[in-house]
Amino acid sequence: MTTKRTESEAQGDIKDALLRAYPPKVARKRAQQMQYHEPTDDLPAKPIKANTRTVPGIITQRGCTYAGCKGVVLGPTRDIVNITHGPIGCGFYSWLTRRNQTRPPTPEDANFMNYCFSTDMQEENIIFGGEKKLKEAIQEAYDLFKPKAIGVFSTCPVGLIGDDVHAVSREMEAKLGITIFGFSCEGYRGVSQSAGHHIANNQLFKHVVGLDDTPQTHPFAINLLGEYNIGGDAFVIEDLLQRCGIHLVATFSGNSSFDFFANSHTADLNAVMCHRSINYMADMMEKKFGIPWIKINFIGAEATAKSLRKIAQFFDSDLLEQQVEKVIAEEMPAVLEAQKRARRRLEGKTAMLFVGGSRAHHYQTLFKEMGMKIAAAGYEFAHRDDYEGRRVLDSIQVDADSRNIEELEVHPDPQRFKPRMADETKARLEREGLKFSEYEGMMPDMDPGALVIDDISHHEMERLIDRYRPDIFCAGIKEKYGIQKMGIPCKQLHSYDYGGPYAGFAGAIEFYEEIDRLVNCRFLKKLRAPWHEVGLASSGLAAEHQVGRVETEKGGSDSSDVDYAA
Amino acid sequence: MLLRHTPTEVSERRSLTINPAKTCQPIGAMYAALGIRDCLPHSHGSQGCCSYHRSTLTRHYKEPVMASTSSFTEGASVFGGQSNLLQSLETIFSVYKPRVVAVHTTCLSETIGDDIPQIIAKAKEEGKIPDGAFVIHANTPSYVGSHVTGFSTMVKSMVDYFAEPKAPTRAVVADAGAPRLNIIPGWVEPADMREIKRIATAMGIQALVFPDTSGITDAPFSGRAEMFPAGGVSVEALATMGDARATVALGPTASAAAASALELKCDVPHETMELPIGLSATDRFVDALRRRGGVQVPAALEEERGQLLDVMSDMHQYLYQKRVALFGDPDQLVALTEFLMDLDMDPVYIVTGTPTKKFEDRIRHALKDRADRAKFKQGATADMFLLHQWIKNESVDLLIGNTYGKYIARDEDVPFLRLGFPVLDRIGHVYFPTVGYRGALRLLEKMLDLFLDRQDRDAPEESFELVM
Ligand code: SF4
Ligand code: SF4
Repeated sequence: MTTKRTESEAQGDIKDALLRAYPPKVARKRAQQMQYHEPTDDLPAKPIKANTRTVPGIITQRGCTYAGCKGVVLGPTRDIVNITHGPIGCGFYSWLTRRNQTRPPTPEDANFMNYCFSTDMQEENIIFGGEKKLKEAIQEAYDLFKPKAIGVFSTCPVGLIGDDVHAVSREMEAKLGITIFGFSCEGYRGVSQSAGHHIANNQLFKHVVGLDDTPQTHPFAINLLGEYNIGGDAFVIEDLLQRCGIHLVATFSGNSSFDFFANSHTADLNAVMCHRSINYMADMMEKKFGIPWIKINFIGAEATAKSLRKIAQFFDSDLLEQQVEKVIAEEMPAVLEAQKRARRRLEGKTAMLFVGGSRAHHYQTLFKEMGMKIAAAGYEFAHRDDYEGRRVLDSIQVDADSRNIEELEVHPDPQRFKPRMADETKARLEREGLKFSEYEGMMPDMDPGALVIDDISHHEMERLIDRYRPDIFCAGIKEKYGIQKMGIPCKQLHSYDYGGPYAGFAGAIEFYEEIDRLVNCRFLKKLRAPWHEVGLASSGLAAEHQVGRVETEKGGSDSSDVDYAA
Repeated sequence: MLLRHTPTEVSERRSLTINPAKTCQPIGAMYAALGIRDCLPHSHGSQGCCSYHRSTLTRHYKEPVMASTSSFTEGASVFGGQSNLLQSLETIFSVYKPRVVAVHTTCLSETIGDDIPQIIAKAKEEGKIPDGAFVIHANTPSYVGSHVTGFSTMVKSMVDYFAEPKAPTRAVVADAGAPRLNIIPGWVEPADMREIKRIATAMGIQALVFPDTSGITDAPFSGRAEMFPAGGVSVEALATMGDARATVALGPTASAAAASALELKCDVPHETMELPIGLSATDRFVDALRRRGGVQVPAALEEERGQLLDVMSDMHQYLYQKRVALFGDPDQLVALTEFLMDLDMDPVYIVTGTPTKKFEDRIRHALKDRADRAKFKQGATADMFLLHQWIKNESVDLLIGNTYGKYIARDEDVPFLRLGFPVLDRIGHVYFPTVGYRGALRLLEKMLDLFLDRQDRDAPEESFELVM
């Protein structure tokens, strides 16, 4: 998109169009969260601002800390009874809405994921405290279900009235003899879901990881971190790993179970998928147990092949390498065939991705495989390192909101810390290109000049689409139908529009076909009735768009330019 | 099994709600506010609630649902949300330019104790609210009531903020062409609001229906971005509600509060009745319009009524004594129960998470002589878990409720009719009404399809029927 204009022209132009309607202070703040990607090996001169508060009144994509904690990280585990401590809503809305699939091994195994548990606090609990009710709720849950573990999730009012969910959890744990742990994940604790991920990591690490010391016997044992099995992605990855001969100890937390977490410290490698939501866990496990971590990505066929090769490289085994190459060789022909088909229909088209904390990066891989261009992208709740790479970590200023979230102090476990490889081996692997504890972020993978926007607002999104009419826009449920009303297909990258899986090789093929379906769908060319076409030369979307609306240069949404004084 | 841990044996629960048959107040306030033209609902609390409410409404309607939030962080929760709301209003009016901002509170701002009217006054003072624009509010802590009471409170706010005293000359002039009535439709779908307006128009009545989400949560494809689709009831129209001859309020839980507030404020008499779902309730609704408007029921409506009765009698055999379990919101449940009774069906289990004073009396009244045989319960632990347990003890022929019912329906292999909020996996509710005679016919068709498909599926080959 920027190729047609000089860069500075385009830059002034778009940013201005996005910011024009804001009050000056807001515009200045938002301007710091937008920029054109300029590749650099140094630390970025103009760092992007991220993980910062959303301006009140802005229509944001973001959710809350509770959503990140209960919804994202803990939600996908089938055998923990997750009780929401609070009024009914928070629990209700996080009930089954994230499409985390799970497959209990037998019909008798525990699966509480289809249930919603809440203390449903009433006015008297807010006034007199809700601890008594919480205790009773835990007891009732125990009596009914006899679960292995119960999690307690605090919602906004709980923190304010001072209920101590941790004390209640400890007391009930002692009484009932099962793991019971609390989460101080009140919605206001952070600026987005991100704070909730961190809190969830901390508590899982403190209360569950390391409970089961059964030794690991498999030579290639890994954990998969930051894969939540939306639409069955984790199933695809599990299958791939198994065919390669790699043993998966635990996934945090797609298709997962309490017991997997408990034994996860016996794995030899942590493979990190979604860096944003789970990097804390990777770091803490490395510090305490000596498990190294590498960044991998199973979205995109090339990325999948590369990730499998990285894992093989880590284990430094010819046998594993051969097996991995065999699997890749089996899968790639069909992928290439599908890619060829997709390219014929999609090459050169543009996509924009604004979602989550890793997918706006990972899914770029798939679009590129189809020859599509990424004109703009950004995350909903990521931090600077997810944009610019962990190399900027030391230069990130920790603000009051981040300081709010507990940083666990983690030390090597005196008995169980075990370096997974000799220093020389590690140094050699690094020389050979394997990067440990590294994530390079979204931006290095983007074209120079591409627009990056953090925490995009509804207004900015509309302006952006208006100007550039991308061929497809990826976002979430709240954005989807507004985008489609503008005649641009929207692919949801949280819920996959109830499709998928898109991970791995088969998933890539599925995704190519899905994007072809969306971008080339027939009815988008029939938006206008024949009687409106008379006398109008109209073909293709862009032309219809011109006919369909009047471009205004004023800020605000076109239909709402109310003259208040009138 | 999807709900493999639900035991048949019912044990007493006091503190743990499992699979709730309700949700929280603000989402109802948000939905009601969407029924005002050019209105942006605003959630005064942390971001999460607003995000959840928008997502849920969006999934239910497959339409964009616009709402903003005060985005509380820790500071706001300690020092109060005043500056967040002031900043919000400034941002909203400069960026989104609504005519009305409808603020609702959340558990958080209520627990803090933010005084919304005071903050609105301050915003006005500071010039943050442009001339000609309005900021209204509703208090909706979710540790009280449910989504339905949140809806009710926001509708009442429309009266409190917008109703102007009766302007006698204006009222007479306005009434001259056709009698003017207010109709408060209750928490129903845009399709229902359209149907209510159609019925009123057919009877020669000028109806002010509020809130009115038609045109907004069922907006057509436009090819352009529209913050505020061309639907909803305008501020100007709302201002004249005091001129009407009477208010007909549909659904006591959702609509009574607004109707009595209007009577108090502008002396407009009101009549609160059950939602016009099914034959009898629609009869009463149509009759109320006739009486209050002083009009005749037109032949076209008589014809619709006759068609409904015709199908009821043609297909009675397939409905007779079918056992039905229902969950959802009080207004829908009471009206549906009455309809099922009219059809000689057998509503056996009824639960709602929404606590209301009169629910029990209303349900008893609807159940008539069957009241003592049916199980019904309301409040926190009147949840879908309990309903499922009842079904496990003695099964039913039909389950009616929102989408979450599909888990029970599949486990127990029971035909399932989606009705209520939210419906996340079908689209008909947005476009086809369930109110009025037409709506009743649609419900009837849906139930019959379910029963007859089931019979076709299960019949032994020799008794597989061609004609039914
Ligand atoms: S905190 Fe209250 S208002 Fe917000 S989602 Fe939860 S129950 Fe609803
Ligand atoms: S009340 Fe708090 S925890 Fe619950 S949804 Fe709202 S922001 Fe999140």
